[in-house]
Formats: sequence, C-alpha cells, structure tokens
Amino acid sequence: MIISKKVIRNKNLKEKVAFNIFRVFSAIVVLSLVAILSFIIYNGISVINWNFLTQMPEDGMTKGGIYPAIIGTLCLVAGSMIFAIPIGVFSGIYINEYTKDSWYKRFIKLMTNNLAGIPSIVFGLFGMSLFVNTLGFGDSIIAGSLTLGLMVLPVVIRTTEEALKAVDNSFRHGSLALGATKLQTVRKVVLPMAFPNIITGIILSVGRVSGETAPILFTVAAYFLPKLPSSIFDQVMALPYHLYVISTSGTNVEASRPIAYGTAMVLIGFVLIVNLLANALRKYFGKKVKMN
Amino acid sequence: MEYIITTDKVNLFYGESQALKDISIDFLPNTVTALIGPSGCGKSTYLRLFNRMNDLIDNVKITGDITVEGENIYQKDTNIVELRRKVGMVFQKPNPFPKSIFENVAYGLRVNGVNDMSTLKEKVEFSLKQAALWDEVKDKLKKSAFELSGGQQQRLCIARALAIEPSIILMDEPASALDPISTAKIEELIYELKSKYTIVIVTHNLQQAGRVSDYTAFFYLGELIEKGVTKELFINPKNIKTQNYITGRFG
Amino acid sequence: MIKFLKSTFEKLIEGTLFLSSTITTLAIVLIIIFLFKEGIGTFNQTPIEDGFSLVVNKNNPVNELTANEIKNIFDQNITNWKTVGGKNDSITLFNIDNIGEFYSDSAIGENFEFLPQCISDYTENNPGAIAFVTTRYTGKGFTGKILTTTKVNISQFISQKEWFPTAQPAAQLGVLPLILGTLWVSFGAILIALPLGLATSIYMAEITSPKIRNILKPLIELLAGIPSVVYGFFGLVIIVPGIQKLFDLPVGETALAGSIVLAIMALPTIITISEDALRTTPKAMKEASLALGANKWQTIYRVIIPYSGSGITAATILGIGRAIGETMAVLMVTGNAAVIPHSFLEPVRTIPATIAAELGEAPQGGLHYKALFALGCILFIITMAINLIVGYVSSKKKYNAR
Repeated sequence: MIISKKVIRNKNLKEKVAFNIFRVFSAIVVLSLVAILSFIIYNGISVINWNFLTQMPEDGMTKGGIYPAIIGTLCLVAGSMIFAIPIGVFSGIYINEYTKDSWYKRFIKLMTNNLAGIPSIVFGLFGMSLFVNTLGFGDSIIAGSLTLGLMVLPVVIRTTEEALKAVDNSFRHGSLALGATKLQTVRKVVLPMAFPNIITGIILSVGRVSGETAPILFTVAAYFLPKLPSSIFDQVMALPYHLYVISTSGTNVEASRPIAYGTAMVLIGFVLIVNLLANALRKYFGKKVKMN
Repeated sequence: MEYIITTDKVNLFYGESQALKDISIDFLPNTVTALIGPSGCGKSTYLRLFNRMNDLIDNVKITGDITVEGENIYQKDTNIVELRRKVGMVFQKPNPFPKSIFENVAYGLRVNGVNDMSTLKEKVEFSLKQAALWDEVKDKLKKSAFELSGGQQQRLCIARALAIEPSIILMDEPASALDPISTAKIEELIYELKSKYTIVIVTHNLQQAGRVSDYTAFFYLGELIEKGVTKELFINPKNIKTQNYITGRFG
Repeated sequence: MIKFLKSTFEKLIEGTLFLSSTITTLAIVLIIIFLFKEGIGTFNQTPIEDGFSLVVNKNNPVNELTANEIKNIFDQNITNWKTVGGKNDSITLFNIDNIGEFYSDSAIGENFEFLPQCISDYTENNPGAIAFVTTRYTGKGFTGKILTTTKVNISQFISQKEWFPTAQPAAQLGVLPLILGTLWVSFGAILIALPLGLATSIYMAEITSPKIRNILKPLIELLAGIPSVVYGFFGLVIIVPGIQKLFDLPVGETALAGSIVLAIMALPTIITISEDALRTTPKAMKEASLALGANKWQTIYRVIIPYSGSGITAATILGIGRAIGETMAVLMVTGNAAVIPHSFLEPVRTIPATIAAELGEAPQGGLHYKALFALGCILFIITMAINLIVGYVSSKKKYNAR
C-alpha cells in the first residue's frame, strides 16, 4: 500500500485548519474572560480605599462605603461554614472510609450530586419556607447561613472524599497491620495526609458562599441597613445583594455606579484572594506531604 | 545481504540525561530480533526510534544515523506518515480504540485516505486472518472491541497494524499483560508472521526471547552490551554482564 | 474496662459520621417536602383574590369561568356570553366604581349598606352584565348570581400563555412564557458556549504546550469562582448597551444579552469538565493512532473525542443545567418581560428570575406566593432530571471503557 502525497497533504491541511480554528476560539474565550476581569478591576480599583471599606452607605447608597455589606458577608460565610464544615467533612469520611462499595455509598453519592445540582434560587425558596417561616427565624443571619451552608455542603463532602481517596491504601493497611483501630488509622494517618486538600477545597467553597445572591434574597439580605448586626437573628446587608441592588434598583442607579464598581471589585478581590490562598496552601503542603 | 533497518552510533538525550549511548545494530529482513535487558535500559526507547514515536516527547535530542529500507528517517523532509505506514507497532497493553472490531482494523486505512467499503472489507478480513483472529470475530465485527478478551484484543491490535501493509512490525512487550495461553498464541503468531515481515520485539521474558527470536541484543543502562544470534548469545555469552543477566543474577 | 470504653467511643464516632452522611438525603427530602407543599397549594385555589367575587344576572346560565376567560372578558376580547357557553347576549362590563352614575347616593346608602341591592338591581336590568365586586357586597339583599371560578389546574398552569399573577380580576398563571424564556436563554447560551468551550478544552488538553496550559488552567478556575452578580453587572454595563446600539433596539435587555452572559458563565464549567474528560484518554491509545499514520487532528476527532464522549456530554448537560438554574445574572440583563419570546432581540423572563423578582412582593401564603413555589418545583424537577441524565451518561462510560 502506497499513500499518495495528495492524501497526506490533504489531511495535514485539515489539521492546520482545525487547529487554527481552535486557537482562534480559545483566544476569543481567554480574551473575553480576561477583558471582564480587567474591566472590573480597572473601574473598581480607583474606588477602593480605606473609607470605602469602613464606612456606612450614605445618600441612598450613592455615597459612602460598603462596610455593613462586608461585615454581613463575613457573618454569612462564617455561619455557613460552621454548619457545613463539620457535617461535610464527617460525611466525606464516612463515605470514603467506612462504607464499602455498597448501595448505600452509591445512594449517598447520588444524593450529594443531586443536592449539588439544585439551582441556588431553589435553595432560597426552601430556606424561606423552612428557616424563615416554619421555624420562625425570620430574615436573619441564621436562616441565611443555614441555607448557604446546605448549598455548599455537597462541595465540602466531595472535596473531603476526593482528598481521602488520594491517600494511598498502603498507608491504611500499614497502620491497620500495626494493630491500630480504624478510627486511629483515620485520625492519625489518613486525615493528616488528606488535610491539605480538604483545607484547599474548603477555602474554595468559602469563595463560592461569599458570592451567592439567590439563596440569601429571601432569607437574610437587607436592602439598606446602615448598622451592624447584634445577634444571629438580625438581618444584614451582603456584598452580592448590595451589588445587585445598587446596579438595578437603587435610588439612583447612575449615581451609584462607582459604588457598584467598587463592590464588584471587592467581590472579585475576595475570590482572587481565596484562589491564591488555596494555590499557595496546595504548594506549601505539597512540599511537606508527598502524595500520589 | 541487504539490511532493512540500520542504526549507526545512535545517541538519545532526554534533556541533559543520556538514554542511549552509541548504539549500532543492523537488522535483516524477515527475521525476529529480540531486545532484552532490565527495566530502564533503553530498549523501548531504542525501539521507538524506528517509527519516530520519540518525537512525541518534548526535549528529545537524537544523533547518529538511522535508516529504514535504505532511507535516513531523521531528515527534515522525512514523510512520517509514510514511515509509520511502513513500520507498524504493537504496544505493551492491548489498546484497541473505542470503536467496533471492524473499525479498529480499518482505522489505519481510513486515516490514510482509504474509504472504499469493498477495499476496507477485503483488507480487514485479510488482516484478521493473518492475525489468527478471523474465525473468532467474523460474526461480530460490529461489536465493540472492548468486548474481546485481553489476548484477543492484542491480536486485534496486531491485525490493526498489519492492515496498512507494513514491512516492519515493532512489538513493545506485546505479551506482558497477557495470560500464558494468550502469550503462547501471540508467540505462535510472531513465528508465522516472520515469513512476511521483519519483527523487532522488546521483551522482559528471556524464555520468550529464546523461543521466538533469531537474533538478540542485550541492553544495559542505555548501552548495547552484546548482540548476536539468539542461540549463541544464550548458550555462550561473551560479556560477563550478559551472562549475569541471562542466568538471572540481576534484572 | 478501658478497652470497652475505647470501642464504645469508636462506635459513637462512627455513629456521628453516619448521621452526618445522611444529611444530604435529609436535605433533599426536606426540600421536596417544603417546595411541593407550598407549590401544590397553587392548584387548590381560585385565581380570584380572596374577598372578591364575580357577579352576574341570576338567570345567566353561565356558572363557571376560567381565569383566562375572565381576563378576556375584562379585556373585551370576549364580548358575547355565547363564547363562554352562555346565551347569545353581549357582555356588559360593570365597574363598581362607576355605580354613582346609575344610582343616587341615597340609594346606595351612606355606608354603602344598600350596595348589594344596587348591584342586584343593575344585573337584573342588564342581563348581560358582569361585575367584579368585594365579596362583602354579595351578602344580605343580594339577588344576583355569584360565578365560580375554575381552580388553577396543572395543565392550565403549564400551557397558558400569560404570566400576570397580580392581575385583577383574575390572576393569570401561565408558565409557558417563562418555560420558553428559560429554554431560549439557556439554549442560546449553550449554542455560544459549547463550540467555544469545547474548542478551548481541546486546545488546552491536546494542542498547546504544558506551559501555556499551566497559565490558562488557573485562570479558568478563577473565573469559575466569580459570583454571578458580577457577571450580571458586567452584562448590564457593557453587553446590554452594546446590544442596544448594535441592533438599534429600544432596550438592550434581551434574550441575547442573557444568553451571552450565561455563556460566559458556563464556559469555565464546560472547559474544566471536558478538558478533564479529554485528558482521561489513555496515552497508549493516542500513540496507537499516531503509530498507524494518523496525524494529531485525526487522532483527536477519531479516537480522543469518541473515547471521552460521555465526559463531554456530561459537561454539556451540566452546562445546560447551570444555565437553566442561574438566577441573578439573567435577572439583571434579560428585561424580564413575561411574554412568549419571538426573537433573541426581545426581552424575556426566566423561571429563576421570576422567583427572585416576585417572591419579595408576594404575600406569604397567597396564590402568587404558592405559584412561585410551583415554579420552584418545576425548576427542581428539571434539574433533578438533568442530574439523573448526567449520572446515567457517566456511569455508561465506565461500562464501555471497562
């Protein structure tokens, strides 16, 4: 069999065309994503200063700062994590360390995936119905935190599971062979090795919680509330909701544009810090603990 | 006699480290040559020179002359597609494509411009017969290749290589992932294919090298220690390292 | 003794872990209960607000009207009783605010105490009349007929073409425009995001050097983490005015704007998942293809894409799922007109945006409130179905590739 020159030329031409299309498409994607990022940063960075971060909003949210929204978001992040971390990590440990490949394991995984796929607005509806109305918490930090916590729970579970899965079985067997119990093995051998990855995953989920709007719309977020919360049953402002409000339905949308850019910048900054932190931790621990 | 593959003072570097040192071996047509040696000795790397599969790795530098059928294959204008058509390859683990049995064998033809169904059918049947697989699969050519057993999959991969009518077949430990019965079948097949093809086989298994090959080359740490007619090399090795290896003192 | 304590302790911990693992299931069950409890309530209510009634002449043979018929009657699209199953008689709309034109103040009474009589009288004299009145005025002295309103039912809910839950006299609860709006925006987004996303993932997995990949990968991950409001805000200040100018439209808040913003948001998801899928193709399989004389592109589309097909499909479906459920960004850029879309350059409204925009104003426990929960149920069902499909597709892969 002889392959004609034409066939080869033809297929190499096709390759060239296809690859160039891919290059162009990738360039479009990367450039537009970079454009968004730099647009927000360019417009937002000049707004940000110490006063912007530490003052109350003024003049119908067209002036002043976003202090209460920052504090509100921090409260919600803390509240949801207090709920989601222990339950999520425990659940991940149980799934990966205590269940064999049984129907129960598959069922839990299916449920976790399903929970992860539910749109955030549905969590909002649920939170309103259960925490705000039925349990009578009202619009409050606790209602919002529980709703958000439930929403990130699947992320924490999966992260934990993946991290535990990455620990080679030989370590478990080694520990068990030395007479350690299952719990001791998990606590002293498996968890320390999986810890860096678990922490990284949790940090990334903090980023996600801080930016969610739909679940807090009806469970905690206040349109305008120029004071700090005094208990977990108070309403708070929150950064993402604040950005939504001042860019669509504030008292003077045009006048609050700079504030909106600043708020968007703070949100992106939050995500940026969280990502950098996660990457740094990954590198730092990656050197300390060698894992497969 | 005319050599079909020649290598003259071949050196290969991965970045700074040298993986092959001054290797010179020539191969006769219609023979089976076994490349043996402990893991990491460079025998697989050497095998992959002949169809330029090492090109896929970044940072590789090659010096020396390698010819296939009289042509230097490391020239700028070397037609790699035509080279790989001439030099077929069978890998360590069976690696059929996620396609039907028929399409697996037809793959090499299709990617090289053959789309005529009657030609394809004819060549697929011919190749499967040569690989001694036709009788087992002729009724399920449309089925996924993954449904075959490991040994059958490996013979399918051989048929796939034969379909584009190569003159040389490279085998990189083709039976290492198979059970003894499948291994025996592959060895039998190699023996039969010898009449039509030149075969170079990398193997860990010394008995296998002894059974199937005419010539053997022993590699150690990137160097060619000894080469020669298989029987002589096994019975009467000249180099002490070869002797130690084939008597099982290391490796 | 210590041994016993130790083993009890272990059992206790294991129990705690087990309980934690049941939370996700519990959460889903609770979500289903609370969502559907409220949502199903929609279907036991009449579309007329509590405390109001529709009254007609007592001899009018029509007993029951649907919300849609009521709306058409009051919009004067239906002007004859025959259309709704009555006699051949034209319909006279009677607005209770105009009662002063027909009856003197003394006839009505100082505290409207004779109003029921007046209404009865009016309907008596105008056999084709229909009036929308406070139920209080159909009490003592009222001799006309009170119409029943057909309760909201599921098929109407799905198929009616108008969503106007605060309409008077009858709330219009047709989800069709919202479903279509959601689908339009989502599929528009996928149409944009899929070719771009797949091309980028193939470029990253197979074409570019590891160096560039190591820059792109974290960037894409970072963009996946940016909150949807930020994307919505960007859409609002850049894409919306851009579309308005480009197509010379009265408003830039359109389905197209929603699709573009959603596409940008879905890109990181699609790229990450399909790149992962592409990279699972065994090296041996790629090498085998190249060894047979295929070039890189042939290897990509003949071997790598078929091999990772189920992963790519899963990425696509997940992308659609994300797009369908996305709330804030869409709410900010699509204009939120609850009409059936005819082109991408018109405002549309999606299900999640409707919930977000209206729940704050809907009185708790009312029909509107319940209807929004019913929308939540629809969303929940759609996304559950998508999850199950993704689960099925990914499990199929394992079987194929062994």
